[in-house]
Amino acid sequence: MSVLLVAEHDNKTLKEATAKAATAALKIGSPVDILVAGSGAKAVADAAAKIAGIGKVLLADDAQYANQLAEPMAALILELAGKYDAIVTSASASGKNYMPRVAATLDVPQISEIVSVDGPDTFTRPIYAGNAMMQVQAPGGAKKVITVRTTAFKAAEMTGSASVETIGAAKNPGISEFVKEELSKSERPELASAKIVISGGRGMQSGENFHLLDKIADRLKAAVGASRAAVDAGFVPNEYQVGQTGKVVAPELYIAVGISGAIQHLAGMKDSKVIVAINKDEEAPIFQVADYGLVADLFKAIPELDEELKKQGYG
Amino acid sequence: MKVLVPIKRVVDYNVKIRVKADQTGIDLANVKMSMNPFDEIAVEEAVRLKEKGAATEIVAISIGPQECQETIRTALAMGADRGILVKAAHDVEPLAVAKILAAIAKAESPQLVILGKQAIDDDSNQTGQMLAALLGWPQGTFASKVVLEGGKAEVTREVDGGLQTVKLNLPAIVTTDLRLNEPRYASLPNIMKAKKKPIDQKEPGDYGVDAAPRLKVLKVTEPPKRKAGVKVKTVQELVDKLKNEAGVI
Repeated sequence: MSVLLVAEHDNKTLKEATAKAATAALKIGSPVDILVAGSGAKAVADAAAKIAGIGKVLLADDAQYANQLAEPMAALILELAGKYDAIVTSASASGKNYMPRVAATLDVPQISEIVSVDGPDTFTRPIYAGNAMMQVQAPGGAKKVITVRTTAFKAAEMTGSASVETIGAAKNPGISEFVKEELSKSERPELASAKIVISGGRGMQSGENFHLLDKIADRLKAAVGASRAAVDAGFVPNEYQVGQTGKVVAPELYIAVGISGAIQHLAGMKDSKVIVAINKDEEAPIFQVADYGLVADLFKAIPELDEELKKQGYG
Repeated sequence: MKVLVPIKRVVDYNVKIRVKADQTGIDLANVKMSMNPFDEIAVEEAVRLKEKGAATEIVAISIGPQECQETIRTALAMGADRGILVKAAHDVEPLAVAKILAAIAKAESPQLVILGKQAIDDDSNQTGQMLAALLGWPQGTFASKVVLEGGKAEVTREVDGGLQTVKLNLPAIVTTDLRLNEPRYASLPNIMKAKKKPIDQKEPGDYGVDAAPRLKVLKVTEPPKRKAGVKVKTVQELVDKLKNEAGVI
């Protein structure tokens, strides 16, 4: 069964999510070809070619793909779809945006955010914010359209040397245009792929106080996240949100500070390897999933943590 | 300008769901149901467009069991003008929902369809995009701001790295994210008025759509449970455990 994997990137670098989605794609079938649609994205295609086990990389380099707009992306994928039995991408904001467009045009159901490949046509995905797992079987004979929850898969090795084939752009439907992008600039690792994440909740009380977490993040080379409550209160921008409808993360270490632990937040972080909770309310549900809990006022505990990490030589 | 707002009746977001012992699904007996929170945001956005004079009529649509009528009444109480209930006895998958909505859109000719970015029960995040594809319309998903100007919709979208703004030809599809607005509570007089607003009753077959599921659900299970760990007394003990016991820093 041949698979087309659509790469995720920012025109300069390939996101690790694609190497993880490749692991899922290779479990579904082979060969797995990777589509890089971007603008000035040759370096991305070269990086994708190193993913072990794949067939070839298809590079569609055109201005209309610079910002991954759903309408031109779907048009391009649909032009290639005929040759493949399955079309796969990571369940990122852009994958979630264009993939259902592809599925509907092909008249097949999409299977969103799979966390395991149980057979060539059988997959498991979380429902109800991860409070239940549903195993589904795709209809026989139909093309499969799938998005992958990349935190559930290990990244494929980068030891391959596939060929890169340049392909032409598809006709742009011309019904949408890019206006602007306001992306947060940070020297820190990306939230979705960081090994350590420290997140703040309503307990942080203000955006100003998030600087307390920044200090710890700098010492541990961690990304900073937030609960929905903190984002809704305007403490931090939307891209910080971890949860059912925000980002799903599964780092080695997740430190939840002043977060009570609503099920919607747990949905976004409960697969982390080690969870630490710092909260002054010892009844907070977050302690039910934490490996290490510290019942303390965060405004005392976080400066102390900063001091202790400094003493131990971090940062 | 007419605006369609598809809404879904789901288990209330505060309810802790239970998986059925026979692994066939979620136990919905005696569980509180509500409008999908993202759909409430969609209704609110449509009502605000009407209050600003940009929209003239709002049609709320729900697909599912007869009880979805209550969900439509909620939308009518918030400010929608009329409803369409498409009755289906079983769960209808996003693709079939999109097909029914596409048929309704063709009949109603709206300039805008606003819907929630995902339903909090199946977490699919597909219907709006699928509807856009079937109609050949552009889509502004995960919207945190919508501005209508010069026959186009400028939609600011919540994306992984921050915000992206796109300009869409009308008619268009918008799916809502959390920060688009804060939905109102319906006032008692408006709840009373909503009872008199019309709701059409239809079936998928009226739109020529076969709503039978295409995916076969093999089983629904509990996720692996995390066990609560230990409480540490001091920050020093915490750092020691993370370093020497867990080995994660």
